Amino acid sequence: MTAVVDPQAVADPLPPRRRNRAWEKFRRSPSALLGGVLVLFFLIVAILAPVLPVPGPAETDWSMVRKPPSWAHPFGTDEIGRDMLSRMIWGAQASLLAGVVSVMIAVLLGVPLGMLAGYLRGWTDAVISRFTEALLAAPFLILAIALAAFLGPSLTNAMIAIGLSAMPIFVRLARAQTLAVMTEDYVESARAVGIGHLGMIGRYILPNIIPPIIVQGTLTIATAIIAEASLSFLGLGQQPPAPSWGAMLNIAKNFLEQAPWMALYPGVAIFLVVLGFNLLGDGLRDALDPRDS
Amino acid sequence: MLAFLARRILIAIPTVILISIFVFGLQHLLPGDPILVMAGEERDPEVIAALREKYRFNDPIPVQYLAWAGNALQGDLGISLRTQQPVLELIGEKLPVTIQLAVMALIIAILIGIPAGVLSAYKKGTWIDWVANIVALSGLSVPNFWLGIMLILLVSVKLGWLPASGYMPLTEDPLQSIRTMLMPAFVLGTAIAATLMRHTRSAMLSVLKSDYVRTARAKGLKERVVLIKHALRNALVPVVTVITLLFGELLAGAVLTEQIFTIPGFGKLVVDAVFNRDYAVVQGIVLCTGIAFIFMNILADAAYRILNPRMSDR
Repeated sequence: MTAVVDPQAVADPLPPRRRNRAWEKFRRSPSALLGGVLVLFFLIVAILAPVLPVPGPAETDWSMVRKPPSWAHPFGTDEIGRDMLSRMIWGAQASLLAGVVSVMIAVLLGVPLGMLAGYLRGWTDAVISRFTEALLAAPFLILAIALAAFLGPSLTNAMIAIGLSAMPIFVRLARAQTLAVMTEDYVESARAVGIGHLGMIGRYILPNIIPPIIVQGTLTIATAIIAEASLSFLGLGQQPPAPSWGAMLNIAKNFLEQAPWMALYPGVAIFLVVLGFNLLGDGLRDALDPRDS
Repeated sequence: MLAFLARRILIAIPTVILISIFVFGLQHLLPGDPILVMAGEERDPEVIAALREKYRFNDPIPVQYLAWAGNALQGDLGISLRTQQPVLELIGEKLPVTIQLAVMALIIAILIGIPAGVLSAYKKGTWIDWVANIVALSGLSVPNFWLGIMLILLVSVKLGWLPASGYMPLTEDPLQSIRTMLMPAFVLGTAIAATLMRHTRSAMLSVLKSDYVRTARAKGLKERVVLIKHALRNALVPVVTVITLLFGELLAGAVLTEQIFTIPGFGKLVVDAVFNRDYAVVQGIVLCTGIAFIFMNILADAAYRILNPRMSDR
């Protein structure tokens, strides 16, 4: 009987009306908009870093060592006379890159695995689930530190370590969403009309699990940015002289009495960008939550 | 309850085996011959030969794993290259320091997070709720190592109220020990407080809507009694579970907090091990935290069943 229902007609996860409603809800939330503006601001700063009129991030001026903020150096200078504003701008690039790339690694590995577990069930599910539980058992940062330690300290390895550590969240999410979608009538209908595995996954399951993945992805970028800053703070991320907010804080802690501004600005920047992604993620979750529509 | 615990422990065994495989596999990520790296910079041929023999590096990988896992099962996680101490002994030495930090942080988090969550839910939609939510989200967004640095700058450097670093064992001078740990515990506690506040708020919101709270109010009970005796007691069930699960966050947070305040605990041990290429210690720590986390998970499930008797017959 169900075969007469056109699966394509009911499969769209966000039909135009709901999509508009989601956007309306998002637009009416001041905190979500604030999050969006913060993220956009840092994105633009990171992209424009090479053309902004500031000195190079590695340019040293020995006559300007640890100078407080002034017109020439609005954020002051660091322990070897480098312009803090320039290092902050270039640091934004490292932070955002680390946040986005590591979440992409986590999504690209985690989502297919989770979908496979939820779709095939049985032994595949059992193996993938146990594997995920094992990875989830080690605290996120300790796992990332261990991986970064064995892979060697660099920004790329920090991104791989953070991505692998964040992967289990996406495996679990994709698995749970796939299991939920599999019980829907339109999936039954699609099965009944004889659509193959790849068609089922690509046309019916994947589009339906994308909204929660976007929400989780946005919130995980916030966690990943803090993780990258933490690894760089410990000396396991971006290596000097390349600028990174976490590494800048690591040096700044040695000059707290003489140059407190060195510690102030990188911390504020991490806080604002992470707050931005958290607000954006919360806003997206509220906007895309079907229970409220 | 015993049957439940036995079942949960049985289910945990494959996960523990997988963690051990993962931890064993870490050493194969090292570029080149892991034994050369494990032998340190001196590369004493005798040490190399002994390590090769001990870890059966001339055997196939599955045999190597079984030898390593067999040693680990007997509590032999290897020897620290730096201190020449057994890894397990080293972890056991540092753990009490971190436990003191974590317990103090948790007390601070509970004292801030639960009242804030209750108040925020009770005053839902008012400015109090709004402020509490903003503060909680900020608590989640602020990197705790930066908060630590800023507190050192303010409380130690500018005001001179508390020491910026150092550690005094609780058994030697309890008052000084608490004084030195206060700032690190506050730094670690704030992030946890934010998580607790959000969970308490959401649990309280659903409890406040329930029939028994409405009945309690209809009976004419004082609002404070309704709020604390009827609502909070029930809302605390999921919150207690969350507290047990926050163990991982506390440990990870301790790594950075101990680094900033130079506290010689578990977290500092990890970082020092990483920089001294003391790989056996790093492996030992990941294995121990993984197993401890699984144990905490079982404890969380057990706590949930004890606090929520409706679960016990399932």
